[in-house]
Amino acid sequence: MGHHFDIIIRSIFMENLPLSFFLGMCTFLAISKQVKAAVGLGSAVLVLQIITVPLNNLILNYLLKPGAFAWAGFGDIDLTFLGLLTYIAIIAATVQILEMVLDRFIPTLYNTLGIFLPLLTVNCAILGASLFMVERNYTFTESVAYGIGAGGGFFLAVVALAGIREKLEYANPPPGLRGLGLTFVSAGLMAIAFMGLAGL
Amino acid sequence: MAETNRELLTNSILKRNPIALLVLGICSALAVTGQLSTALVMSICLTLVTAFSSLTISIVRFQIPNSVRIGIQITIIATLVILVDEILKAFFFELSKQLSIFVGLIITNCIVMGRAEGFAMSNPPVASFMDGIGNGLGYSLILMLVAFIRELFGSGTLFGVEILQLTTNGGWYIRNGMLVLPASGFFIIATIIWIIRTLDPQQQEKQ
Repeated sequence: MGHHFDIIIRSIFMENLPLSFFLGMCTFLAISKQVKAAVGLGSAVLVLQIITVPLNNLILNYLLKPGAFAWAGFGDIDLTFLGLLTYIAIIAATVQILEMVLDRFIPTLYNTLGIFLPLLTVNCAILGASLFMVERNYTFTESVAYGIGAGGGFFLAVVALAGIREKLEYANPPPGLRGLGLTFVSAGLMAIAFMGLAGL
Repeated sequence: MAETNRELLTNSILKRNPIALLVLGICSALAVTGQLSTALVMSICLTLVTAFSSLTISIVRFQIPNSVRIGIQITIIATLVILVDEILKAFFFELSKQLSIFVGLIITNCIVMGRAEGFAMSNPPVASFMDGIGNGLGYSLILMLVAFIRELFGSGTLFGVEILQLTTNGGWYIRNGMLVLPASGFFIIATIIWIIRTLDPQQQEKQ
């Protein structure tokens, strides 16, 4: 159990996806103007990571790995080269299904997350988390923990950045730096602050 | 607003630079710029993928049903990326280890998708190909610039060859440790954006 807890903490603080690997930057910068929208985006990422990372782990272990197809009688097939295509298809399908389920059963949540979900199909943070899971050979339970941590880390980072940007509205920077430039600088400072946690 | 193929190429490099002006595809721009060699490989991969995905999508654009076009675009892009990834693993194994997951992440790079959806779907193949190359080169330009600054001042080398002799090797240059950190990428891009927007005030955001 302690090992899994370790993965969660590590992926939230030390290996934070947007701040130390720069994944999901496009959405990270575009939807961090207001805390409210950032919370919506953050929760959508969190939900999606918790579903897709373990799901891709199952796909990898029971379909793609060399010899993984043994349960169906194809002992020596190696399908790992189809990995990228499969993961992105799984992510796109999950997004679609999640959208329909939320729309049907939890309309309030759908209204909060709704506009962000389709965006996340092509978000590097979602695909990146699955690829890291593959690269690090996580087991199924570890991948659940990693999904929680990766999503949680994105949530924390995007909400914190939105908080900073709301305050920056009142600042008076040089005109060329206004908006995007300042956002980059604050994200950079946040990344350095998060690195301080690496000693934990 | 028909542009010639040459204009398509140059405008996407300078006037409509995907990273600095449109802020697309910066995920990988920051992560692989610690060294020039990884940045160069990443630039070549992305330029090839963008060009050929635009070409392919443009050729089959009349056959793609509108409702499933995103899925088809992603499939084409993912196939090309798998191709690039396998080639890298076969011939440049060390580099592909260093780039780790970032080659795979070209699939979700907004530049590739953006050009496919925004240009290739409504333009003939040759123009789309040029547009793809142009955008790829525009991306490469910024990537190489950031990597150049980070490697030269961060570790005193270019492509791994020592240019500024470090004090640790008996030289005179004290390396700037901050530029080795990933976070420095944010500051360098912020500076580039600042310079561009100062030179071209039209790009500035309103209060």
